Amino acid sequence: MSLELIDGINKIHTLLTDNIEATWVSLIEYVLVGLGFLTLYALIALFLIIFERKICAYFQCRLGPNRVGPWGIFQVIADMVKILTKEIIPLKHNDKLLYYAAPFIVIMGSLLTFGGLQFAEGVYGVDFNVGVFYLLAVSSISIIGVMLAGWSSNNKYSLIGAMRSGAQVISFELSACLSMMAIVILGGSMNLSALMAAQEDAWFIFQSPFTWVALVIYLIAAHAETNRGPFDLPEAESELTAGYHVEYSGITFGFFYVAEYCNLFINAAIGTLVFLGGWQALHIPGCEGFNAVMDAIPSYIWMFGKTLVLIFLSLWVRWTFPRLRIDQLLHLEWKIMLPFSLANILLMAIWVIYFK
Amino acid sequence: MKKYFTDIFSGIWNLLKGMKITGKVLVSPAVTECYPEKRDELQPKERFRAELTMPHNENNEHKCTACGICAMNCPNQTITVNKSKITDENGKSKIVLDQYLYDLGSCIFCGLCSRVCPQGAIEFTNNFEHAVYTRSKLIKQLNKPGSKKVEVAKPVAPAAKPASAPAQQEKEAAPKQENENNQ
Repeated sequence: MSLELIDGINKIHTLLTDNIEATWVSLIEYVLVGLGFLTLYALIALFLIIFERKICAYFQCRLGPNRVGPWGIFQVIADMVKILTKEIIPLKHNDKLLYYAAPFIVIMGSLLTFGGLQFAEGVYGVDFNVGVFYLLAVSSISIIGVMLAGWSSNNKYSLIGAMRSGAQVISFELSACLSMMAIVILGGSMNLSALMAAQEDAWFIFQSPFTWVALVIYLIAAHAETNRGPFDLPEAESELTAGYHVEYSGITFGFFYVAEYCNLFINAAIGTLVFLGGWQALHIPGCEGFNAVMDAIPSYIWMFGKTLVLIFLSLWVRWTFPRLRIDQLLHLEWKIMLPFSLANILLMAIWVIYFK
Repeated sequence: MKKYFTDIFSGIWNLLKGMKITGKVLVSPAVTECYPEKRDELQPKERFRAELTMPHNENNEHKCTACGICAMNCPNQTITVNKSKITDENGKSKIVLDQYLYDLGSCIFCGLCSRVCPQGAIEFTNNFEHAVYTRSKLIKQLNKPGSKKVEVAKPVAPAAKPASAPAQQEKEAAPKQENENNQ
């Protein structure tokens, strides 16, 4: 499908260039690509919300939403329509500009990350030499939005939630980045396409034992960055009502909600691209028949399938473990995961020098 | 230093054990009952307390002696026992039950009434479909019209009971003993 998609895009491109001037063509194409990403973004968020609700129900021996549509799959559409019709309640004595800007910054952070991802063979927004670095950089823009939301709401709960979120995300960013640096050493590039090419014969987890350490560290750190599961103390319901978005209602809250689920997808997708071979099929060197069968499966199915597995793992963790305290959380990061990821980089470098 | 590493790996092992438990729950069937769809197949648990009833036998007789212990034990004053004193043919005065009123609307289904009943005259059943249009319909008279207390003094035909009868008596005895302890 990805090749057909590229063909279609090329046809649109030739159609436009034949008829309109070059500058207008670029402008129109930017808008079209942006629209495509926004649609994908919304669809992924909708899918993940229903997916999480169903999986969480099964983890608790329930059935989950089952009234609207078959297996309740339209429940999330109904919820979306409801949240669009709700009132945005204005606050007194708060910083209006920052208050209304915060959800957009959160959304923007995750949408920018979308542009750097690769969804299938040749399907991506941008691909440049510092792709991994770009993904890491823009995915942490969201934290500015979270902090602004907490600050501008003029509410003690949201402020505490935002401060906790800031401490948590900035700490765990370190481990996430360092674990990915180990992969950059192994792959020899920060360019995502080059990393994909390096994984054609074997995914990175099959190339070095230290990739497994990096993968575990990355999954924990990425999970903590999404403010979910055992690391959800920024929005700890029992202490902070809803954390940094306690004063938001209607679609402004909806933005935070959608961004949370898309960050879940983004973290799983980055993990897939960097550790699990992205859209590359499972290849065993020397087994031509097996490789041919695996190649017959389209690349976008590989990409989304692997991402879904990581998302499922994240949900499993979320619905299993109790919430950490802030000191336990920082202990986990600074005393356990950071030394491990630093040592892992060193060991990976030695591995690359002597065994590759 | 050794403790640092053993702590980490035992911690990971314990987390995996927790995930194994939730993984088992994930694949086990859901306990949710789809109510309107599978209304006919619904099997509420036997101990489920949905509605207080007073069982009557085939002669329209119940076991209630109108002692009022149930009404005293009810935390919500849900039960009203209306009784009257009559004189029977032998000239002995005795108390009989006129009306056993049960207000379903204020019942909290704690089950204290059926637990403390010395006669085992009232019990909770599984009929949970209580929806009515007016609150007055929630006040139910549990003794059927024209019913009277079963005469336990004369065990006429004890052989007629099947073998399950002793077991039933044991079951009934257990809560009674607890009740005595409470008092």
